[in-house]
Amino acid sequence: MSVAIPDRTVRHAIHGEAVLRAALLSMYAAFLALSVLYPMLQVALRSVQDGQGRFVGAANYLRYFSTPAIAASITNSLAVAASTTLLTVILSFVYAYALTRTTMPLRGVFRLVIMLPIFAPSLVQGIAFIYVFGNNGLVTRWTGVNVGIYGFKGILLAETFYALPHAVLILVAALGAADARLYDAASALGASRTKTFFTVTLPGVKYGLMSACFVVFTLVITDFGVPKVIGGKYSVMATEIYNQVIGQQNFTMGATVSVVLLIPAAVAMVVDRLVQRRQYALLTASSVPLRPQPHGARDAALVAYCGLVAGGIATIYLVILASSLATRWPYNFALTTKHYRFDTVGGYTALVNSLEAAALAAVGGTVLAFAGAYLVEKCRTVASGPLYVLSVLPVSVPGMVLGLAYIFTFNAPGSPLNALYGTLAILVISHLVHYFTVPFLSATAALKQMDPEFERVSASLGVPFYRTMWRVTVPVALPQIVALSMYFFLNAMVTLSAAVFLVAPGTELAAVAVLLMDDAGDTAQAAAMSVLIIAIGLGVRLLYAWLMRGVTRRTQAWQREPQAGLRPRRAVRWFGKSR
Amino acid sequence: MTTPAVELVSIAKKFDDVVALADISLTVGDGEFVCFLGPSGCGKTTLLRIIAGLERQNAGAVRLRGRDVSRLPPSRRDYGIVFQSYALFPNLTAARNISYGLETRGWDRARIDARVDELLEIVHLRGFGDRYPAQLSGGQQQRVALARALAPSPSLLLLDEPLSALDARVRLALRQEIKAVQRRVSIPTIMVTHDQEEALAMADRIVVMNHGVVEQIGTPMEVYMEPRTLFVARFVGQMNVLPARADARPGRARIGAAVLRHRDGDTGAARGPAAGGAPVMLAIRPEEIVVGTAARDAENALAARVAGVQFLGAFTRLSLALAGDVHLECDVAAGALADVGAKEGGELTLALPAASLRAFPAE
Repeated sequence: MSVAIPDRTVRHAIHGEAVLRAALLSMYAAFLALSVLYPMLQVALRSVQDGQGRFVGAANYLRYFSTPAIAASITNSLAVAASTTLLTVILSFVYAYALTRTTMPLRGVFRLVIMLPIFAPSLVQGIAFIYVFGNNGLVTRWTGVNVGIYGFKGILLAETFYALPHAVLILVAALGAADARLYDAASALGASRTKTFFTVTLPGVKYGLMSACFVVFTLVITDFGVPKVIGGKYSVMATEIYNQVIGQQNFTMGATVSVVLLIPAAVAMVVDRLVQRRQYALLTASSVPLRPQPHGARDAALVAYCGLVAGGIATIYLVILASSLATRWPYNFALTTKHYRFDTVGGYTALVNSLEAAALAAVGGTVLAFAGAYLVEKCRTVASGPLYVLSVLPVSVPGMVLGLAYIFTFNAPGSPLNALYGTLAILVISHLVHYFTVPFLSATAALKQMDPEFERVSASLGVPFYRTMWRVTVPVALPQIVALSMYFFLNAMVTLSAAVFLVAPGTELAAVAVLLMDDAGDTAQAAAMSVLIIAIGLGVRLLYAWLMRGVTRRTQAWQREPQAGLRPRRAVRWFGKSR
Repeated sequence: MTTPAVELVSIAKKFDDVVALADISLTVGDGEFVCFLGPSGCGKTTLLRIIAGLERQNAGAVRLRGRDVSRLPPSRRDYGIVFQSYALFPNLTAARNISYGLETRGWDRARIDARVDELLEIVHLRGFGDRYPAQLSGGQQQRVALARALAPSPSLLLLDEPLSALDARVRLALRQEIKAVQRRVSIPTIMVTHDQEEALAMADRIVVMNHGVVEQIGTPMEVYMEPRTLFVARFVGQMNVLPARADARPGRARIGAAVLRHRDGDTGAARGPAAGGAPVMLAIRPEEIVVGTAARDAENALAARVAGVQFLGAFTRLSLALAGDVHLECDVAAGALADVGAKEGGELTLALPAASLRAFPAE
């Protein structure tokens, strides 16, 4: 063209809504900068400094790798995580297969029981195994055989039970999304059952299996609770951070181990997200759902198998319940409620704190995740990309690392942020950030399902964006929003790893109290507290189911029939976050 | 002189280094229905979004009723818009959708209700106010979206491919309906479409666009009968385009040995008599070709072979081959077919009336 077109576009005059949007975006950016970016940078920084804050380069890392006592934590962590992953994925594949591909009886019961570990802090599994196989365990006393549960064996078993529901959820979703047409084609071509399994079933859930592997691996390698209570002298990276920081006050080595722990967790998370993206592409709108057929011998074998696994899980929780009510396990089984007085940790303060923090995290986290997703998704600016990255970053930060990062950030001499240290607020913030990514991504997905023209139509009608958000966006996404708040609440109730660094006198949390009581030898009280945590979790889950029915009836009346895509079958992806 | 409803002055837009719009100027009169017509990627939607303030131009000004709105955000521009997806709020009833833009204006309930009723009446949806969008058909949703856009009595209506999500039958009925509503409320309207038939049927004036430039602005009749460029000739309606060479005499061109007289004075060919032998394009519509007895003694008569006969109801389309592997299509009205006597593989004489034979410089 003859006349050059200027590079800059004609800017719109500044107006109220734009100012408000910019203000909200900056607030969100400031929050992420202060609660995610800055703390993580602090950890990285401390790992290259000595105790006096002088730069020492890679010296800490060299010392970590060359000191056998602490370097062992790396190989131990990898060994435990890899073997638990293998065991868990095999166990849960068969379990999920039985749930989705057969007509065996009791499927509903099996589906419920396998989910129980979701409602408990991870260390509860460890405590239960000690009650059964420990030095003073039930089996040990009855048979006189001490299997030596403390160490690798115990961690493997307890972590397997802890990770089972997460893997089963993923595999049930993968196996449930089968296309019957492929099976019809296989049988029309005369393929045997075995051949069909290896050529149709397994390839179909390949991404689900990979996803399950990564999720379990991350859960286990970042878990602190189980190795803490049952690991004995077997040191893993998560407990090593704790030992360095709490035991030896060696913050720089804590930071060094943290940075190393970030690597496998971050890699697993990134790969998992890439794999997930592919899984969704496998099913098309024209797929025909597979209807499982009864098959006598196979179904009977699978009922027996599921009965065994579910029985194991049920046993864990029955042992916890029984030990919390027994006068002196395993010597005196007379019923008592004295363990529920929690005299070691000063009564019910911890539980009340936990409820309060979980409720605040649920409300604050939901608002923040939804508002953040809205701002990133709907207000496209140059900041959108970096804000998105910061919003999904927390998923790859193990709880121990986050906790340590918050010590560096909120307990630094002379920092105004110190005011938060030792308050319940910092626990709420750590819960919220620790579990931020999954709700953020769920909210983003919910927003992406909505017509992007809503805001433009509103603008043309002179209606400000916040009114449309309130009148349209939020009501349409309400089922997902309720699901997000439950996700925050339940996880906040059971999380231990970040909190263990951040609790202070007066702000103890229930999950931390379980650890402290177990440490102090008051295992019965630890069990009692666990029972209450689980009971509250189950209660909230029931409340959620009931609430969801009401919410769906009231706000989703406009849907002719639940659309497959919008159906909140599992509005929030549960798995993949350390406790 | 009255101020135009919309005035675009030298609008230019580029995405990175790709020019999307180059120096576009045009006006829309009061109550006028203007269509932006063009293939996808021609810039028509970008231009509409610039008018709406949803896209920011690199240069140029947008004036609505004489008011420069170039730097105003969408909410301050005073227009109503209907998107291809309708973007109806799924959780609000049809009536609440329509009243959505009224509720923030401080109107009292009775006044809002009266306005909603009035609009439901205008778009022929009385009694449907309590339905949710999911309970309405595509055409009904479309009309709710139209009513919602019109509710606050904006000074301009923008329609972004409003009919393309509907099936053919509904689309035809809605064309009439949208046009009738637009006439009734007498609102200046800009519609973006890639469907030339839709543009011809609905517009008072059509802006034909291609590659970010305006090829022609005119009434449907002008654009159809007197296309200014070869692009317009090809894009609007059916057109036979025959490669030819300019003859030494002005107003004449050769196809093979035949010398044809063509229309002159109104096309790019008039920029000067094309030098003898220069390539030109001759264009004629299928219904303008004369065949049968009338063709025999006519000017520009040529012999042709009938390569195909397609019966299409109201008319029959003949595929004709001229000497030198030149193909063209010719429409014969149902009643005239017997007179033509065309059979596949047969021979016939056709004439290309000079008044209809347009000449364009070859691209």
